[in-house]
Amino acid sequence: MSTDPPVDPPATSTRGATEAGGRRRDLPAALLIGVLTLLLGFAFTVQVRNSDDDQVLAGAREEDLVRIVDEVSSRGVRLRQQIADQRSALRQLTSSDSESASALEEARTRSASLAVLNGTAPARGPGLRLTIRDPGDELRVTDLLDVVQELRGAGAETMQFDGVRVGLSTAVTGAPGALMIDGRPITAPYEVLVLGSPQDMETALNIPGGVVQAVGGRGGSVEVVQQPELVVDALRPLPDAQYAAPDTDD
Amino acid sequence: MIPILGLVAGVLLGLLLDPTVPLWLQPYLPIAVVAALDAVFGGFRARLDGIFDAKVFVISFVSNVVVAALIVFLGDQLGVGAQLSTAVVVVLGIRIFGNAAAIRRHVFRA
Repeated sequence: MSTDPPVDPPATSTRGATEAGGRRRDLPAALLIGVLTLLLGFAFTVQVRNSDDDQVLAGAREEDLVRIVDEVSSRGVRLRQQIADQRSALRQLTSSDSESASALEEARTRSASLAVLNGTAPARGPGLRLTIRDPGDELRVTDLLDVVQELRGAGAETMQFDGVRVGLSTAVTGAPGALMIDGRPITAPYEVLVLGSPQDMETALNIPGGVVQAVGGRGGSVEVVQQPELVVDALRPLPDAQYAAPDTDD
Repeated sequence: MIPILGLVAGVLLGLLLDPTVPLWLQPYLPIAVVAALDAVFGGFRARLDGIFDAKVFVISFVSNVVVAALIVFLGDQLGVGAQLSTAVVVVLGIRIFGNAAAIRRHVFRA
């Protein structure tokens, strides 16, 4: 529009004669022109603004719309497929997560109870304190084994024999008066700490022909004291399995 | 001067109000705008030629817009709206180019 002024003079000079009289008559026309151009500017701006945003779709033709709908729906199908995939992956992950968490928890408890059974961890609980006296050095290997077996049969969960933890492979060896448990010499009086039901175990020890009588028959004596709280803290070294390996595919 | 003022005022109004185009008008508005642009260019050219007539301008403006919209409307009814609106835009574009060329000859004498 900056070019307007230089071209104006020749135009008005040719028009001057005809328009001098028509100026007043042209007032409504000029008004009309103003309104029309205003409308044009308005419509132009609105259209430019309008085609900027997504509402262009509303003015689109049928065949364009069909194509667009086609694209959008196939895209929707793909996205829905992706959502389903992600959902199932998420489900798998969460379930395996909780599964592994509970499996880990179970493994922990199992390992703890196995450690108590194996004698690799200290244990505490109710049980019996036995004091086996053997003044004549008459007790033999089988007598001590009987004590252990009787206690186990009565539900003893773990025990220590004169400071030696009794486990799966515990052996009682030696001669009367020089007995050994797992190769470690023990001396009378033998002190046995055993965890389990105190009543059951005491009853089992005292049955006729049982351990107490057998020891008494050899000149010894067994003193049984029930303890509501005992600590078995002697530990056994965990032997490394040399031949047997855990079978994992179960 | 009045057309320029009108255009500027219209653009400002459009920017300020920022209305949404009603659905039924959306296919016709761009065509109407192009047709009106054609009329404005024609008017400008006529003014430079010294043969500008307000009545002619108003009538050509209105009829341009109406005819263009009508053609597109007809095309939509016949199922060839897309093609016809393309045709209208092409024809109006050619006319705008012609008018612009005439204006250019006046302004630059080339």
